[in-house]
Amino acid sequence: MRARMSPAMRRYLKRLTICMAIYVVLIFTAGWLFRHAPPAGVLAYPVAVLPALPILATFWTIFRLLAEETDEYLRMMLVRQSLFATAFCLSIMTVWEFLQNYDVVPPGNGGFGAAFFWFVGLGLGGMWNAFVNRADCAEDDDEAEAAE
Amino acid sequence: MNNRLRVLRAEHGWSQQDLADRLGVSRQSVNAIEKGRYDPSLPLAFSIADVFGLPIEAIFLRD
Repeated sequence: MRARMSPAMRRYLKRLTICMAIYVVLIFTAGWLFRHAPPAGVLAYPVAVLPALPILATFWTIFRLLAEETDEYLRMMLVRQSLFATAFCLSIMTVWEFLQNYDVVPPGNGGFGAAFFWFVGLGLGGMWNAFVNRADCAEDDDEAEAAE
Repeated sequence: MNNRLRVLRAEHGWSQQDLADRLGVSRQSVNAIEKGRYDPSLPLAFSIADVFGLPIEAIFLRD
């Protein structure tokens, strides 16, 4: 049986979709500007920061979800997922920095910053949560069918 | 913490979703509590007790 989505989760997905749509527009706009009409002086700062804003808004949507989710078990799972994402991101960034400190890998991150790895960690945590819930619920569905 | 949720639910002929709807929580919550993977907060434990018309200690048992 498919789990019903909570109202807080529906709001989160709506906000996330908006943030991602804005991000796509801004990342291409900033990229195009820096390639074809590079902003000079102080103007370069706000233009460069523009694509980061929807990422910050995405962090906000995640923390709003934590605040708005009324189901305490789902909230606990979300907290666990966020902590896993944080540990995943910090682990990768720490190892990467040491590799760079000793010149084992080249400097720079090729566009893959901390936020990228945090979101990868969040995705992996979410997959694990879904796997655990689905396995448990499927087990109960089988038992219910056997009892009928 | 152990609990008798599964037995009580079966006695009432309710599915996990039926109980979840009565409690205003997700089915996953009911499932996790039944399996002992999650201990509910005191307010939720009181709600569960109210739904079954039993005291909390008749539903949740010490390990």
